[in-house]
Amino acid sequence: MPDRRNLLRGAAAAAGALTLSACKPVSQTQWVQNVLYTAEGLTRRAQRLFVGRHALAREYSKADIAPVFRANGTINPPTDDYQQHVKEGFAYWEVKVDGLVEHPLTLTLADLRKLPSRTQITRHDCVEGWSCIGEWTGVPLRTVLAMAKPKTNARYCVFHCADPMSDTDNDGVADDDFYYESLDLLEATHPQTLLAYDLNGKPLPVPYGAPVRLRAERQLGYKMAKYVERLELLESFAHIGGGKGGYWEDQGYNWYAGI
Amino acid sequence: MAVTEAPPEPAQKGFLASSRLAGFILYGAGAKPGEPRIPFYRHTIFVRIAHWLNAGILLVMLMSGLQIFNAHPALYWGPQSNFTHPLLSLFAMQNNAGQVVSGVTQIGPWHFDTTGVLGASRLDGFMVARGFPAWATLPGPQWLAMGRVWHFFFAWLFVINGVLFAIYAFARGHIRDLAPNAHDLRNLPHEIVEHLKLQFPKGDAAKRYNALQKLAYFTVIFVLGPLVVLTGLTMSPTMDAAFPFLPWLFDGRQSARTIHFICAFSFVGFFVVHILMVVLSGTWNNLRSMITGRYEIERDGGAHA
Ligand code: HEM
Repeated sequence: MPDRRNLLRGAAAAAGALTLSACKPVSQTQWVQNVLYTAEGLTRRAQRLFVGRHALAREYSKADIAPVFRANGTINPPTDDYQQHVKEGFAYWEVKVDGLVEHPLTLTLADLRKLPSRTQITRHDCVEGWSCIGEWTGVPLRTVLAMAKPKTNARYCVFHCADPMSDTDNDGVADDDFYYESLDLLEATHPQTLLAYDLNGKPLPVPYGAPVRLRAERQLGYKMAKYVERLELLESFAHIGGGKGGYWEDQGYNWYAGI
Repeated sequence: MAVTEAPPEPAQKGFLASSRLAGFILYGAGAKPGEPRIPFYRHTIFVRIAHWLNAGILLVMLMSGLQIFNAHPALYWGPQSNFTHPLLSLFAMQNNAGQVVSGVTQIGPWHFDTTGVLGASRLDGFMVARGFPAWATLPGPQWLAMGRVWHFFFAWLFVINGVLFAIYAFARGHIRDLAPNAHDLRNLPHEIVEHLKLQFPKGDAAKRYNALQKLAYFTVIFVLGPLVVLTGLTMSPTMDAAFPFLPWLFDGRQSARTIHFICAFSFVGFFVVHILMVVLSGTWNNLRSMITGRYEIERDGGAHA
């Protein structure tokens, strides 16, 4: 019962610490963080317990589609590489599937479009608090995974993206900290989890992650990697990026983004 | 009742007993210094612990909630955000040089200048754009990830504490102390008048919660509490997939967020009135009853005993 004990310890400690000093140092204290972060596992397990594996997110009607869908995060990856793809209309864009799979794949956009597709009108919930409804079309990720045949020890699907997240020296040349995200195979094989290439019936515009982005409808927006170039199946994401399973996770956001 | 002046009891309470201020702090408005009082065991240890845990937890929930709110300080109705027509928004105005000069609170069609508190406030000496000011949020500076981590850890404590309290209340009959009955409701107008006159119940009547107290406590514990939890859960996309009645019940995720916000400030409103009543009806007597359980009631003169 480590969770409950930690919960109690954390409550007592946090309440004490809170009254003792300003809040920022408390939030930066390592052991306070360690205790507080235990709730994530509890929340994940509790939600998984009560939520069916394949419980579907609500699908809306065309009338509900937002007149303007907010674009957030990277809205135009600045690399020469990406801009070249934009010029070419993404004709040479490829999505690789590798890592712990029996059949590594390289799929062009045309290959993806030939696979059976799914269209869904869903609500996108940003971690900031806002929501927008849009219509997404793409290949169910589980179709692609079925083609690649994950090995039995594969637990996570990591999404590697084309958008670099910083330019520390401000010289216009981006660093190589590309956005990445990960889902476990339960969420990755959910029927509404898509590699989406259309928004509202048109090819995905650049601000929304052209030409391919992830949709994971039971999760918050930051899980839904845009500009996806590579799927890597892994047993653990500890050696990717900062080791927390995603760009925002490395900045302290919860890996489990079901709430 | 015999109208004899009860002599003050200087030996017992000394200077304090004869001071009006002390009388007010001990027993509240209208308390007669030196009046003999009967001790009475008011709150069980279980209730006292749950009460103080809840107070601390609610403070963390409120402040971390405001941190979360600051990431997108606007509220909407329906399933999604109609960015051009928020119900409420807190935003900053900048001058041509890009400096934040004022903070604005918009509620429906109205705009208020709330510079320094809402929309724009000082952080480390600089006026910055932020919904609620740093002193109201946890953590103080903008830090959504950590605000969420606080919020969701304490949400568990809030629910566990609340559920344990509810089980206790039903199992030990405490619910009868809290739930207003028909008699209470009939008495309500009379009690409101008494409260406005700062006339609080005495004698045996003071052992029970009066109708206003029952109504307030019952509503906060059994309506506001569940409502804040349910609206909180409705903002979870995973919960919505499993329990579609949640967003249906609240008319969409963004409305749930708005109701959640209103709930949070209802707790604040309750807190203000609660503290006011505690002070008016005897800060120390009330505080002690919630710490040691001991509450002292004034004799009712035996008139209706
Ligand atoms: C089980 C209990 C609770 C859960 C599951 C919960 C959940 C949440 C969630 C998911 C958000 C994020 C909304 C967003 O994306 O913007 C949020 C925000 C917030 N919460 Fe809670 N919450 C709970 C209890 C409370 C309590 C007890 C309070 C206050 C006393 C509170 C105050 C707030 C505030 C002020 C916000 C900011 C945004 C808004 O008003 O909706 N919450 N909460």
